[in-house]
Amino acid sequence: MAALEELEREYERAKRDKKFQARLTELLTTYAGRPTPLFFARRLTQKLGGAKIYLKREDLLHTGAHKINNCLGQGLLVERMGKHRVIAETGAGQHGVATATVCALLGFECVVYMGTEDMRRQELNVFRMRLLGAEVRGVSSGSRTLKDAINEAMRDWVTNVRTTHYLLGSVLGAHPYPTMVRDFHRVIGREARAQILKAEGKLPAAIIACVGGGSNSIGIFYDFIKDEKVRLIGVEAGGRGEKLGDHAARFRGGSPGVLQGTYSYVLQDSGGQIALTHSVSAGLDYPSIGPEHAALRDSGRAEYVPASDAEALAATTLLARTEGIIPALESAHAVAEVVKRAPRMKNSEIVIVNISGRGDKDIGIMRENLKLD
Amino acid sequence: MPLSFYKKPGLVAYVTCGDPDLATTREIVLAAIEAGADVIELGVPFSDPVADGPVIQRASERALRHGTSLAQVLTLAAEVRVQAQSTGLIIFSYLNPILRMGMEKFCKVARAAGVDGVLVTDLPVEEAGEYLRAMREYDLAPVFLAAPTSPDGRLKRIAEASRGFVYAVSRTGVTGARQELASDAKKLVKRLRRLTRLPVALGFGISTAEQFAEVGEFADAVVVGSAIVETIERNRGREAAAVGEFVGKLLAVSCQLSVAAR
Repeated sequence: MAALEELEREYERAKRDKKFQARLTELLTTYAGRPTPLFFARRLTQKLGGAKIYLKREDLLHTGAHKINNCLGQGLLVERMGKHRVIAETGAGQHGVATATVCALLGFECVVYMGTEDMRRQELNVFRMRLLGAEVRGVSSGSRTLKDAINEAMRDWVTNVRTTHYLLGSVLGAHPYPTMVRDFHRVIGREARAQILKAEGKLPAAIIACVGGGSNSIGIFYDFIKDEKVRLIGVEAGGRGEKLGDHAARFRGGSPGVLQGTYSYVLQDSGGQIALTHSVSAGLDYPSIGPEHAALRDSGRAEYVPASDAEALAATTLLARTEGIIPALESAHAVAEVVKRAPRMKNSEIVIVNISGRGDKDIGIMRENLKLD
Repeated sequence: MPLSFYKKPGLVAYVTCGDPDLATTREIVLAAIEAGADVIELGVPFSDPVADGPVIQRASERALRHGTSLAQVLTLAAEVRVQAQSTGLIIFSYLNPILRMGMEKFCKVARAAGVDGVLVTDLPVEEAGEYLRAMREYDLAPVFLAAPTSPDGRLKRIAEASRGFVYAVSRTGVTGARQELASDAKKLVKRLRRLTRLPVALGFGISTAEQFAEVGEFADAVVVGSAIVETIERNRGREAAAVGEFVGKLLAVSCQLSVAAR
């Protein structure tokens, strides 16, 4: 608790500190590559025949996903707090790579916890982290995925809390993490809103983003929440079926509970034990969801739908072949939803899909699952 | 007043319920009581035990493999209570299984089973308003963990909210044995003494009779968990007897040293 309070204090101070904000903006611009483009997907729009589809290109950021936004923000906080050791969890490896990158940039010692199942399916990212100087520690308890990596990172943090910062990668965990991580990703929606107004002179009818913990989605949703006519659509991992254990759709099969310091919707059994989850995408394979998403869903401001493994894989191929963009399997879930939704929308309506990451890390899984000629 | 310590130092013994099975847990608990444990912590296995080291993680996995539930642990508590009236019984759980059962229902069943207190590992005192109300209503003693990193203001809140005893954590980190007792421990107990007249029990990392005796010099009681769970793990088929011997050894050495120190 003491460490969380210190973090909250330091974060509140940094938020008001113009120098801190200027340094963050500079790094986001000159190092990470912001602003990211908002791209009109002409051929995909024609093919689906309905709403005009724009893609927010977070996949073009340094390290290949939106995760770097938060890592740079927290990295600068670590400097302020005078800590020198950083730990992180990672599922798909994108957050781990972004953390390892920022640690190399700012000169911190870096340890990344990763489920051994994820290490197997995201082998390339494991090597990338090691190349960047990080130590990757495999976690072989539980489902050997993101949830278990977070458990182990939390155990490390409570043990080494005096010297170590836990660079949590999603809008999860105890306060202030969900708020702070959201704030570091708000830039996605802020840019997208200005970009669409400039390009089209009006707001979109809908925003679509995938939701694992929910960092890219809350990032793009947040500045549109006040625009009540803009529908906010989160896409969860529908996995391979509706049975508990076969998916990670918290709003379809979950109920309120506490996991890892967060009260939110959780996939669990009747005794309150956390359920195993499945998704083709390691980054969505998590039994709980950021608490702010739970609030947005309960208030009706945002809606959440599942996309299956098969739908995500089909969407990957479609986007690759219509636009020349290979999305991460996480982001492909958002593309799968626009495939279903755009044809039912008017030509005059606009929809923005957040392409939160690029698909290079998933090429191995795509090869296993996509039978191409 | 079953949450009291009849000797100095007293012993709080933790077991993960359902490891290897509930019937054996019952025998283990009764053996620990027979050997002199003052308070028993009945650990509810959880799928994601973030506060626990590898020994209790493994025990939890074993217990969950055959579906040990909070409801079953409460039934076990009632059975133990019938046979041991003067021993303190604490339910030691993560928050989610309790929420899933419902706070109100949990308290009601626990009270009826003769449980004295509850320790929820991942519920900080700052978030415990509703829980504390329910504990009061059902006359259950809430026990909170106090860490060496907690500032005085937080220790004060913990001491004020706790009943029965305050559980001081000997060092930062998760449960499990350590070679040496951290220097943090003594300092923390001293700080707590200034804030509360409740007995202070020190736990985390205490596994040998020597450490038990050393802690007894400055704390009222010692919590031993992973060392007992490991004893269970290593003595398949004679778990209860092995735990009885281990507890007896702890208490024997401590008594001798305490006498010598006086």
